[in-house]
Amino acid sequence: MIIAVASGKGGTGKTTVAASLALAISAAPITFLDCDVEAPNAHLYLEPELMLHKDVGLLIPKVDQQLCTACGRCAEVCQYHAIVVLAEKALVFPELCHGCGSCTLNCPEDAIREVPKVVGELEAGPAVSGINFARGTLNVSEPMAAPVIRQLKNWQPFPESAIVIRDVPPGTSCPVVESILGADFVLLVTEPTPFGLHDLRLAAQLARSLGLPAGVVVNRDGIGDSRVDEFCRKAGLPVLMRIPMERRIAECLARGRPLVKSYPEYLPRFQELYTRIQSLAAANGSEVTLAQIELGS
Amino acid sequence: MKLAISAVEPIINAPFDARFGRCAYFIFVDAETHAWKASPNPALTSGGGAGTQAAQFIAGQGAQAVVSSSFGPNAYEALVAAGIKMYSARAGLVENIFEDFVSGELEEFSPSSDSGKNARHGRHKGARR
Amino acid sequence: MNNGIKQLVILSGKGGTGKTCVTAALAHLASANNPPVSIVLADADVDAANLELLLRPRVLESQDFQGGQAARINEDDCLGCGDCAAVCRFEALKINNGTYRVDPIACDGCAACVFQCPEEAIVMREQIVGQWFRSDSRYGPLFHAALHPAQDNSGKLVTLVKQHARLLAMDENRHLVLVDGPPGIGCPVISAASGADLALIVAEPSTAGVHDMRRVLATTGHFGVPSLVCINKANIHPAGTIEIEAYCRQHGIRLAGRIPFDTGVIEAMVQGEPVTAYRPDSPASRALLAVWAQLKNVLQEEPV
Repeated sequence: MIIAVASGKGGTGKTTVAASLALAISAAPITFLDCDVEAPNAHLYLEPELMLHKDVGLLIPKVDQQLCTACGRCAEVCQYHAIVVLAEKALVFPELCHGCGSCTLNCPEDAIREVPKVVGELEAGPAVSGINFARGTLNVSEPMAAPVIRQLKNWQPFPESAIVIRDVPPGTSCPVVESILGADFVLLVTEPTPFGLHDLRLAAQLARSLGLPAGVVVNRDGIGDSRVDEFCRKAGLPVLMRIPMERRIAECLARGRPLVKSYPEYLPRFQELYTRIQSLAAANGSEVTLAQIELGS
Repeated sequence: MKLAISAVEPIINAPFDARFGRCAYFIFVDAETHAWKASPNPALTSGGGAGTQAAQFIAGQGAQAVVSSSFGPNAYEALVAAGIKMYSARAGLVENIFEDFVSGELEEFSPSSDSGKNARHGRHKGARR
Repeated sequence: MNNGIKQLVILSGKGGTGKTCVTAALAHLASANNPPVSIVLADADVDAANLELLLRPRVLESQDFQGGQAARINEDDCLGCGDCAAVCRFEALKINNGTYRVDPIACDGCAACVFQCPEEAIVMREQIVGQWFRSDSRYGPLFHAALHPAQDNSGKLVTLVKQHARLLAMDENRHLVLVDGPPGIGCPVISAASGADLALIVAEPSTAGVHDMRRVLATTGHFGVPSLVCINKANIHPAGTIEIEAYCRQHGIRLAGRIPFDTGVIEAMVQGEPVTAYRPDSPASRALLAVWAQLKNVLQEEPV
């Protein structure tokens, strides 16, 4: 069972919730994937010993200028304008390249070979409470997070766990989609403010368009107003847990202490959260969603 | 020699378009005969790589020099590789800019004068501190 | 080179540190300045565009945004040979009842499959992936956008929103383009920071906040955008605030100010206003006024 913890809006407490959930059910074998590769934070709560390491390489074309006839075919097929032919030479712009391999495949002279360019790294190791922890980090100045996330998901440095928790980045675009694809359930963490509501709506739409069941955790409950609750009711989104706004909680999290460690009374509450997620995911599994039919899976 | 000037409209007295990669049109002017031709910029609606695409386009049209407001690092690299000289202008009408070019009044573009804006490679690493 | 117009981008690294609330407050303070600093606003957080919730703008114009393209297979011509799937690196091609189908969400638009298909059964289709808007707000024109959920190419949409803001600023001789940036450090952030004269990093003193502040500062540093840091919710974790101050000192980064945690900010948000307009005497408002004063100094110092 793969649970993606997302939100739409940043700073609502995704990592807090994801880490606490992992700690609460850590009696079972769990893998925690920190997919927020631009700003990974989960290691601060789960303190992994990152012993395994792997570079994330994007395959970038390298042109053998001796073989190149400047025919321009590579520039013709490249949809990103990352390879252009000028003054009888093929010129590559690595940061525009998406690593699709099309130019290499289509060069009539076989003048292109692909060379990995390191854009990030993957790390893994055991964390507290026996949690298997892995994360990806995008290198500063690299524009694309998705390839790092994709490789993180496929890495599998641990024997397969029954439960995988993915900490998803904020937003609703490409890196978020990549982090959620393949999950069984999307847990949306929100706050009861206008910003929280606005972004929850988008994130919920995203989960729906991916055909995945979703549920909500309302964090900092008590600030703001009741519009998030009204929205959840109307949208049929179950509110699975509420964490009240309390200064002591905010301070503990600011210090980098997991919620369930400082306040063990939350342990059974997160265990209960997991049980609810399990039953919602199981209920959904029995229907074949429209999205799945479209993709023929 | 052929000069390319980024323009807002496809006519010789069009206003100058400050953008290189995503300008609306390029006006190609023959510096000797003053004959001119306008072409829509194929890179205008590009996702990424507008600079490289625009550079490739004007090189393909035989331009040997280009006037725009500034050139991003990718466009710059591509234009240098193509041997196309870059000049910068601020505003005005294309035909006046052309005259400035002919009389040698246009400033040559250099990336350091662009003070790190629009950098993508990290080429302009010096932060102004 | 840019006719004296300055561009200020608000970034954070970590999400939720208060970029949008700070941007809205600065917009208000700019317009309330004596003499007024005329601005054009750009909401570059196109995934989750919240700035309008504090500015309550009037939309004047909206346009579809064509983000990129996705492959589409003509089922009638498809032989089910699988050559397309063999070259797809984005897991976007799946077989269904003997023919292949494209998952438009997974498809990156590379067209490798198009050139591979022996039957030429695949074409690329432009995707409308969102909308962008030109609006009018209390504090100045606002350009903003909404990327449809699950879509890609937010970097291109960010660039478009900013470009429009900049062109309008040039046309109307405004002083400042104020850009509310997205979280993270990837393509949308790079696009948002590109062309900025100054970046204001809104940092949060939590362990995670300090960690991510460092990464976004490395990003703006890499691209040569001078940066200032302001510490939001500064009193939530004093040790974190001290760490940020020490880091800034060490790296020669100017501190624009410290904003205390203030429930007035949320109250103002619920009312749909910047805190400086709703509660001008609140601790956060007073701190924001000081941040604005610092920004003005630095923006005036910067050579054009």
